[in-house]
Amino acid sequence: MLNVGDILETIQMIDNENLDIRTVTMGISLLDCADSDIDKACEKVYEKIVRSAKDLVPVCEKIERELGIPIINKRISVTPIAMIAAACQSSNIVKFALTLERVAQTVGVNFIGGYSALVHKGFSSGDYALIESIPEALASTEHVCSSVNVGSTKVGINMDAVAMMGKSIRKCSELTADRDCIGAAKLVVFCNAPEDNPFMAGAFHGVGEPDCVINVGVSGPGVVRAALAKSQGLDITGVAELVKRTAFKITRMGQLVAQMAAERLFVPFGIVDLSLAPTPAVGDSVAHILEEMGLEQCGACGTTACLALLNDAVKKGGVMASSQVGGLSGAFIPVSEDAGMIDAARNGTLCIEKLEAMTAVCSVGLDMIVIPGDTPAEVISGIIADEAAIGMVNSKTTAVRLIPAIGKKMGDELNFGGLLGSGPVMKVNTSSPAKFIGRGGQLPAPMQALKN
Amino acid sequence: MRAVITVIGKDMVGILAKVSSCCAEYNVNVCEVTQSVLQDMFAMIMMSDVSNCSVSFDEFCEQMATLGKENNLSIHVMHEDIFNSMHRI
Repeated sequence: MLNVGDILETIQMIDNENLDIRTVTMGISLLDCADSDIDKACEKVYEKIVRSAKDLVPVCEKIERELGIPIINKRISVTPIAMIAAACQSSNIVKFALTLERVAQTVGVNFIGGYSALVHKGFSSGDYALIESIPEALASTEHVCSSVNVGSTKVGINMDAVAMMGKSIRKCSELTADRDCIGAAKLVVFCNAPEDNPFMAGAFHGVGEPDCVINVGVSGPGVVRAALAKSQGLDITGVAELVKRTAFKITRMGQLVAQMAAERLFVPFGIVDLSLAPTPAVGDSVAHILEEMGLEQCGACGTTACLALLNDAVKKGGVMASSQVGGLSGAFIPVSEDAGMIDAARNGTLCIEKLEAMTAVCSVGLDMIVIPGDTPAEVISGIIADEAAIGMVNSKTTAVRLIPAIGKKMGDELNFGGLLGSGPVMKVNTSSPAKFIGRGGQLPAPMQALKN
Repeated sequence: MRAVITVIGKDMVGILAKVSSCCAEYNVNVCEVTQSVLQDMFAMIMMSDVSNCSVSFDEFCEQMATLGKENNLSIHVMHEDIFNSMHRI
């Protein structure tokens, strides 16, 4: 029979330490929905997603009740819409976003990702129109998320796209200024975007993926923190070992849920994303894990080292717990979604420069950072270029999700509510990179690209 | 399907009786029981077979949770797979 201690440990994790499955994301290919008539294409998109995902929410809810573990989000990711839009002779491709919104409401998912374009080596037909339409699309929808991949280790960074995205992020904020600039919180700019990422806002269904697939993202920073708190006096090797063991247990939950969901939805199981995803709830913070390791506050000297350890141990523990690993896999550091990071940003311990260093050793990038409303587009593009360069050179995914707080400055805060949380406006170095950004062109791929 | 029923709370007379009679009422067979009392905290774990349960699994979980609330106990009914997958390789 099962060990009593083990059973109580699992219940303790779920009841008191916020263990949950962050998301079950169904990836759906829309390649067969392209049509030269945009209205026909939208109808096909609607029909295909609803047909594939109509049971997603009820099946997940049933699994939640059977296993007694919460599944916080049920989401859908689709083929980058720019590819579908490329076939259309229409300039108003926001219709696709409105269709996705309609789908989200019909099937009851929390988010739908894939209003995306992949432009790391240049723009193809459809890409320009999509990027141009992002601000309007995100302002006129609630559940649709957008992402643009501007660089990769293999091909370098498309600096024209970087320049465009700086403007696009600003525009997203401006159009939703009356709603705490929520538009920009649903847009992420990637370098080395993974094709099977279950997490928003960056989820899309890559072209190499099957027609339909189930990807799962786990969570559980609270569990790791609690395990560390219970084991005082460990040296740093012991800390890494403990994180590994805990990550293994957390990931096993993800694997189980992913398999059950895939089986019941008659869809292949894709990947488990080995992630530590925080929420603004007390006791669910990645920053607090770093603090439990011995930092006075997240952002102190030593933060990058602690995060490197955490990120590595999560992967080492998780990789054996799952049969297929993918997505972003690692620790997340979204500022506004993490109670510990919010506190550290409020009192100035955590600054954007430190966060940038942290992104070199963890799984994502500058995520959910509120910046002053008067930050010029070129500066935002400069931040994107820096972050993409870190990703490109280190062969890892990096992303930028900045929210210019229109009409606000240092000391003010934005409040998005829900999982997106709230964040203080953080200081940005405004020395101008305008001339560099204005040059455009392709930043060449590094030597690491030449592996063949 | 086998489910694990866990009961945690302050020790008092009749916990086992109440929980097991609720199981009997819904035709849930209790296969194994372990319990321990640490200081005055009571922890009981029942391995049960719910395949012939007279109501749906959801409803049984709810009934158990209500029984827990009435008696100031925390009662969970969970599929055994969650424990197997987390703690066994």
